[in-house]
Amino acid sequence: MRDVVILGVGLIRFGRYPEKTVIDLASEACLNALEDAGVSMKDVQFFASGNLYQANAMVGQRILKEIGHTGIPVVNVANACATGSTAFRMAYSAVASGQYDIAMAVGSEQMGKAGLLGGGGGGGGGGGGGGGFDPAYITEGVLGSGTMPAVFSHTGIEHMRRYGSTVEHFVKVAYKNHKNSVHTPYAQYQQAFTMEEIANSRMISWPNTLLMCCPTGDGAAAAVIASADKARQFTTHPIKVAASVLTSDPYTEHDLAMFDVNTLTRNAAQEAYKLAGITGRDVNVVELHDCFATAELVHYENLGLCPEGEAHHWLDEGKFDIGGRVPVNASGGLISRGHPLGATGVCGIAEISWQLRGQAGGRQVEGAKIGLAHVIGLGSACTVQILQK
Amino acid sequence: MTQTEAQAQAPAEKTQKPIVPFLRLPEVAEGEAYLVGSKCKSCGLIYLGQRRACGKCFSRELEEVRLSNEGELYVFSVVHQTAPGIPVPYIAAIVDLDDGVSVRANVEGLDPNKPDKSWFGTRLEMFTEKVRTDREGNEVIAFKFRPKK
Repeated sequence: MRDVVILGVGLIRFGRYPEKTVIDLASEACLNALEDAGVSMKDVQFFASGNLYQANAMVGQRILKEIGHTGIPVVNVANACATGSTAFRMAYSAVASGQYDIAMAVGSEQMGKAGLLGGGGGGGGGGGGGGGFDPAYITEGVLGSGTMPAVFSHTGIEHMRRYGSTVEHFVKVAYKNHKNSVHTPYAQYQQAFTMEEIANSRMISWPNTLLMCCPTGDGAAAAVIASADKARQFTTHPIKVAASVLTSDPYTEHDLAMFDVNTLTRNAAQEAYKLAGITGRDVNVVELHDCFATAELVHYENLGLCPEGEAHHWLDEGKFDIGGRVPVNASGGLISRGHPLGATGVCGIAEISWQLRGQAGGRQVEGAKIGLAHVIGLGSACTVQILQK
Repeated sequence: MTQTEAQAQAPAEKTQKPIVPFLRLPEVAEGEAYLVGSKCKSCGLIYLGQRRACGKCFSRELEEVRLSNEGELYVFSVVHQTAPGIPVPYIAAIVDLDDGVSVRANVEGLDPNKPDKSWFGTRLEMFTEKVRTDREGNEVIAFKFRPKK
């Protein structure tokens, strides 16, 4: 496997674009990434498109028809919320293997107002048993819940049970991320809130209130990558992909009833650190999967950023703030910047790239040299990418 | 009208149907409903419902077992906002049955407006109740849990 670098990244501001098509959104993000990379579509040899809502509708090919009708291989990727980052990994593998020199990955989504209560948010479970289409047999709300706010509440509540974290800690995560988003021009929401405002906003699934849930929306993000050798021809700031890892959830005691987002993250992180030759303590900046405020805390430990059981203490001590030991979600995370499902995974990679280049403006993590992008797709998939300056 | 005539005029007998195939309803009125599982003959792991193969040891040999009606509350959330038709707030829990299988279930008998860490580990017992009527007029029966007295 040879070294791979990121030549350029691009995205469009996450938000609501009812008048545009998802191809409009994705194409714009791709063109931004190509411009950032100084690369033309004639140079791109492999194209991976991540999109969930139109997973069976050849989104990748439709994008190419807009921006580069070249006939190169296209793969359309779906992996729940890890769709975009899996598309990135497909592009990475295509180049690392030696088969292609320059590749591109884009993640896009246009969600309307469906919200993550429905199945589109990824993850199986919560569906009906027998009875075919008779809605009398729908189990949602009758046999527990498979909705995302409830499922990810369980994740945080398990940490509460094991290590004594509290609701206030989850509120604090949302507080930190919303505060960070003020400096993120591409975030769907760029507004800080007080702890009280967050705790008192409408309860969705205890302990997650509205301001502790990521908003749905539309968006797209893209990355252009190349082999390290090929990258020398281009004069942008190559960011080395030190590791790009994908895992699914192995058998664990509760995984079949309650999605275990911890084990597969640990597995991915361990593999990634091994490939990159570092440990979790060497990471300077992290974008991780805070689809809900209850989902973030566990990953401080899962990614080895802090010792087991210390996540909430480190949070209290400001270690994950910008200016702290290892800033997490300096962009504001999914909670503020939004979660257009297919786009999210590539967005985190773009954000880490900007951080490492020193282009993160008011949310810049000073001197960041090693960054990590993490995503969980429920059902489950986990991607961990480690980028290095 | 005599009793016989009244019975002759009664609608076709409705049955009860479980909301999911792994809930087995009692054959006789005095019987107990229970959850059905599959036990791997090779590694002993027990799963909820029917299985074709063991996900852990890959064996294709599994046998049906009856699961415990009791367990403890592992983790929970309280759902306040959801699809129309579902009464809120309700407690959406993960219940660890005594035989090692975990299930998603609603818990009743705890105050959903006062969620608290003291709920962890609460001993629970399963009960069933009718939740809906299906298109054919059958009663749809679901299982839930409540604190064991």
